[in-house]
Amino acid sequence: MAGLTPASLTADAPAPAVAAPRKNRPTSPWQEAWRRFRRHRLAVASGVVLLLLIAAVTLGPFIWPVAINEIDFAAKLQGPSWAHPLGTDDLGQDLLARLIYGGRISLAVGLAAMVVAVVVGVVVGALAGMSAGWVDAALMWLTDLFLALPLLPLLLLLMYLFRDHFKRMFGVEGGAFILIVVVIGGLRWMQVARLVRAQFLSLREKEFVEAARALGASKLRLVVGHILPNALGPVIVAGTIDVAAAIIAESTLSFLGLGFPSDIPTWGSVLRDAKDYLDIAPHWALFPGAAIFLAVITINFMGDGLRDALDPRRVL
Amino acid sequence: MAEPLLDIRGLKTWFKTDDGMVRAVDGVSLSIDRGETLGVVGESGCGKTVTARSVLKLIDMPPGRFEAGQILWQGRDLIPLDETEMNKIRAREIAIIFQEPMTSLNPVYTVGDQIAEVIELHQKLSRKQAMVGAADMLKLVNIPNPERRVHDYPHQFSGGMRQRVMIAMALSCQPKLLIADEPTTALDVTIQAQILELMQEMKERFGMAIMLITHAMGVVAETTQRVVVMYAGKVVEEAPVGALFGDPRHPYTQGLIRSIPRVDRSAGRQARLESIPGTVPSLLNPPPGCRFAARCRYVMPACTQAIPPLKEVAPGHKVACIL
Repeated sequence: MAGLTPASLTADAPAPAVAAPRKNRPTSPWQEAWRRFRRHRLAVASGVVLLLLIAAVTLGPFIWPVAINEIDFAAKLQGPSWAHPLGTDDLGQDLLARLIYGGRISLAVGLAAMVVAVVVGVVVGALAGMSAGWVDAALMWLTDLFLALPLLPLLLLLMYLFRDHFKRMFGVEGGAFILIVVVIGGLRWMQVARLVRAQFLSLREKEFVEAARALGASKLRLVVGHILPNALGPVIVAGTIDVAAAIIAESTLSFLGLGFPSDIPTWGSVLRDAKDYLDIAPHWALFPGAAIFLAVITINFMGDGLRDALDPRRVL
Repeated sequence: MAEPLLDIRGLKTWFKTDDGMVRAVDGVSLSIDRGETLGVVGESGCGKTVTARSVLKLIDMPPGRFEAGQILWQGRDLIPLDETEMNKIRAREIAIIFQEPMTSLNPVYTVGDQIAEVIELHQKLSRKQAMVGAADMLKLVNIPNPERRVHDYPHQFSGGMRQRVMIAMALSCQPKLLIADEPTTALDVTIQAQILELMQEMKERFGMAIMLITHAMGVVAETTQRVVVMYAGKVVEEAPVGALFGDPRHPYTQGLIRSIPRVDRSAGRQARLESIPGTVPSLLNPPPGCRFAARCRYVMPACTQAIPPLKEVAPGHKVACIL
């Protein structure tokens, strides 16, 4: 953690410099939101930590080019050392390399599942919000139905049923990735759909929408051009929190052995492998756990900051 | 050309609610000639706005529906047209500005973007050309520094300025008719005068007609040539502006004129402002006969029997009253 302190300080440093008067005033709603977001110290610090985490998993393999499956029984279950900064597992595989690799998968799953959830949620919510009457009722009924489903058993069942099929179609790793993303995303769109519907219901009655319609804008243009941009704030916040939830869901699946195949390390599967050695090699479980914790908590803090920054009622 | 620009004939716009049919507009006929300013007055809930929105077919259906009547735009009935056809008429031929300038602009776009969007939509110009057009329009409605202001967002404009922007947007395609739905109600008095003046100026410049919807009789007296007085979804009197103020025939019109605050009168002893007692009747189950009967000071038994038809009492002056 010591290495992080200077980074967060430099992130805070530019703030006073920006506050000085400049020629072009920050005026667009997004610039305003960014200005408000910057005041949220915890969110900014979280953003920096998260960026470091992302940088670590993307650039890590070039800086730490150790194979993830290099078995070395002579060095098994070792604690942190110079040769293995995060120690080794029961096969003597380097944990840092495995966590870097696993982080790529975990973060990618989180982002991709969020995209799926947001896209499905926005489409369902927008359709429901724009078409009053039975379409709205049916879509909301569907949303409530999905909300009532117990997620974890369903996730496990879907993974169990379709894993082999996807493996055959997209290969071992690709199949698992697509299936996990689709299943997690497909079970997390409901909040977004409800949010978007509520936003649409109130925004479609706004005068500027009526004005745009009166000046000849087609329905599609109204929805995409005028209503959606105004509904985006809460969706971004919900999406952020979805990323965190998807990372946890993927870790849970991998921990239970229904995520990625066991030879592909993810944060969750490393944690699962470590659970039997908690008493002799606690570091093995500690580092993937810390990685999940750090990713999820920074994303949630950023969501907090975004919620405050994108709240239209806040004028500060 | 003898044919009026807009000719509304017996329009009935009704709304279906849980309690029954609300007859918001119940058999309204009015017409507007080229280059004319027509005032439509009446108190809240008398169907002025619904009439205006019906012309552009901005009524949500359901619950609203056109029960009867025609809306002839240069001889062509707008009622059967679909949304795509209507979009060719909106802004290009008939434009509308609303009461609330504070909320009629989209907060996430610059005003230039919003004006340019309308221009782009109807005139098939590139974005760049449309932005130049937007700046020209802002200049036309007397917004200082138009080249810089096009890049500003609505929240950086005051109410009066936003109404100017709305007018610029509405006029960007040079419509033949501008429907102004209480354009000055939300503004304070000095700004009201400026906006009315601006509309007058634009009207002369583009030679368009204006349908000015308002409940401010003072505004009507100053800016219109002809006035239609509406009450409870019906036209009760129609007259040239001079005749209406000089010789109002319908008791409702007389009441409206009496309730105009007057500087000279308020100086005297009896400073109390006159008002019309009662409220607009429910449009759910309108009473038979004249709808104003319950509030009319000259009411007689015959008034509650049948709805009095509009009859011409002088050239161009029609009244729906048996008096």
